[in-house]
Amino acid sequence: MEHTSTLEKVLRGTAITLVILFFMFPIFWIFLMSFQTNETILRVPPSIVFDPTLSNYTALITGKLDTAAGTLEISFMKNLWNSLFLSAASVAVGLVLGVPAAYAFARLKFRGSEDIAFTLLSFRFAPPLLVLLPLTIYFQQIGLADTYLGLIWVYQLIVLPLILWIVRGYFEDIPADVEYAYRIAGHSWGATFRKIALPLAGPGIAAAGLLAFIFAWNNFVFALVLASADKQPVTVGALAFVTASGIQYGQVAAGIVLSILPTFALALYAQRYLVEGLSLGAVKG
Amino acid sequence: MSDATMNQKPRRGFRVSRGALPYLLSLPALLTCIGILVPFFTAVAYSLQRYRLSQPWARKWNWGENYLNFLSDPAFWNTLKVSLTYAFLTVGIELLLGLGIALLLQKRTRFNNFVSIMLLMPLMTAPALASLMWKLMTNPGFGILSYFASLIGLHDFRWASDPSTAMLTVVLVDIWVYTPFIMILLLAGLRSLPQQPFEAAALDGVPRLFVFWRITLPMLTPFLLTATLFRVIESIQQFDIIYAMTQGGPGDKLTVFQVEAYLNFFQSTNVGRSAALLMILWAITYILSNIFIKNWLRLRERQRGEA
Repeated sequence: MEHTSTLEKVLRGTAITLVILFFMFPIFWIFLMSFQTNETILRVPPSIVFDPTLSNYTALITGKLDTAAGTLEISFMKNLWNSLFLSAASVAVGLVLGVPAAYAFARLKFRGSEDIAFTLLSFRFAPPLLVLLPLTIYFQQIGLADTYLGLIWVYQLIVLPLILWIVRGYFEDIPADVEYAYRIAGHSWGATFRKIALPLAGPGIAAAGLLAFIFAWNNFVFALVLASADKQPVTVGALAFVTASGIQYGQVAAGIVLSILPTFALALYAQRYLVEGLSLGAVKG
Repeated sequence: MSDATMNQKPRRGFRVSRGALPYLLSLPALLTCIGILVPFFTAVAYSLQRYRLSQPWARKWNWGENYLNFLSDPAFWNTLKVSLTYAFLTVGIELLLGLGIALLLQKRTRFNNFVSIMLLMPLMTAPALASLMWKLMTNPGFGILSYFASLIGLHDFRWASDPSTAMLTVVLVDIWVYTPFIMILLLAGLRSLPQQPFEAAALDGVPRLFVFWRITLPMLTPFLLTATLFRVIESIQQFDIIYAMTQGGPGDKLTVFQVEAYLNFFQSTNVGRSAALLMILWAITYILSNIFIKNWLRLRERQRGEA
């Protein structure tokens, strides 16, 4: 490693530059596009020199889209709110349901626990449409069609296995003796769980929650099948927006930027947990 | 297996709780998911029926007919071919690229860590939105990539709207989103390898290509296998990227399993065929995910043992 030749350094440098270009360019370009009017977007050849404008963002935020044919009402902010609400509520429900279950699987080995844990994990790998299509018919019958409650329930399919398996790993890493000692001192099971296990697994629970939030936010197919326009998150809303706005490309770009910013911020904040969470704790980096 | 661990480590403090408590704790999570199991069995039933939403009166059990029809149905074989091509291309290229990038960033320097965090951004982008981004960049009128293509002599290069390049375009988006996943996994794997074999090889002056093939790659195999299986399971079910980009078109060029099933259900309202398609996809992913989970648990145990 010490005697790297100049040629190798150049090759490495070029390779890294190409990698950064390929993966960063789309984000950079869409970001630029979001500050342009259609006029500068449609220039041939394209150029990165332009007068930046905030008009795309103001149009999205005020919900008034000025087109040649007149003013168009858009509900992009509503989509953004739906994304936030659906993801946050799903993660909250997922944590309430998942953390005690994870503790049971990690600590109180019981008959069939492995089988149940596997069954829950295998949900993560099944084709989502397999359950979604029959669900559309059932939801209509039981009145859950196009409700936040129905969506949050279905979102548990992605949120719950993730939380369960990541948090379980963290509980397993806590030495059982610590809890045992606390129990010997005469504390109840519930107190041990609250005072010892929960705080010690705290970082893991936070990591699982953040990751589950990102996965819920990025989900597309659940809401595409089950939600109508006023319940749709940004992933589905942005697609409809493309057709609705016609050729307002700057606003589409601004919409994309607003939709991916929250997950980027979370990812940067929680990056050290991401590796572990993404591989479902397979790799302790 | 759970019985064995209980006998090894008797935790007397928990004896009282061994009865109902664990079931009580996991029951809510379980019930939530069992609610989801019901539609699964419904889907099995649908797949064995002649069931079109447009002709509810003609609904009846036809048992295996939907599946039998697939044998002589060119659209089905097209779906299978397109899905396998997509999975093979994306995972193959992502593995090579991911491994290459992981090797480039292997040293723990500040710059390398910064780059690997930057590369998380495509992975954090919702696949459906990533497709939209690429759609804007490949627009024939003003897309920057169409412009680049014209610079190298490919005039009127139509990306996803041309049948001959549609697959290439969605594969490209998939590579953009998911290569960082493989890279991150392999980077963690590379950095967790024991150093002694590499130090010994360096002392003996073993050529680095030899070290790569004979030491690095074999030691990395469990990680490569986990990453591959995980991605194949996801890739063969890909829906978001393809639906957001072309809705399965042009023609039937990109009608992978889930897209075809979605179109069957909502456009041609052929529920029976849609369900049968999804059952076949489920069977494929079920086998793959069983192999994956076993392999992953082994890796997890080993990492824990070494930690």
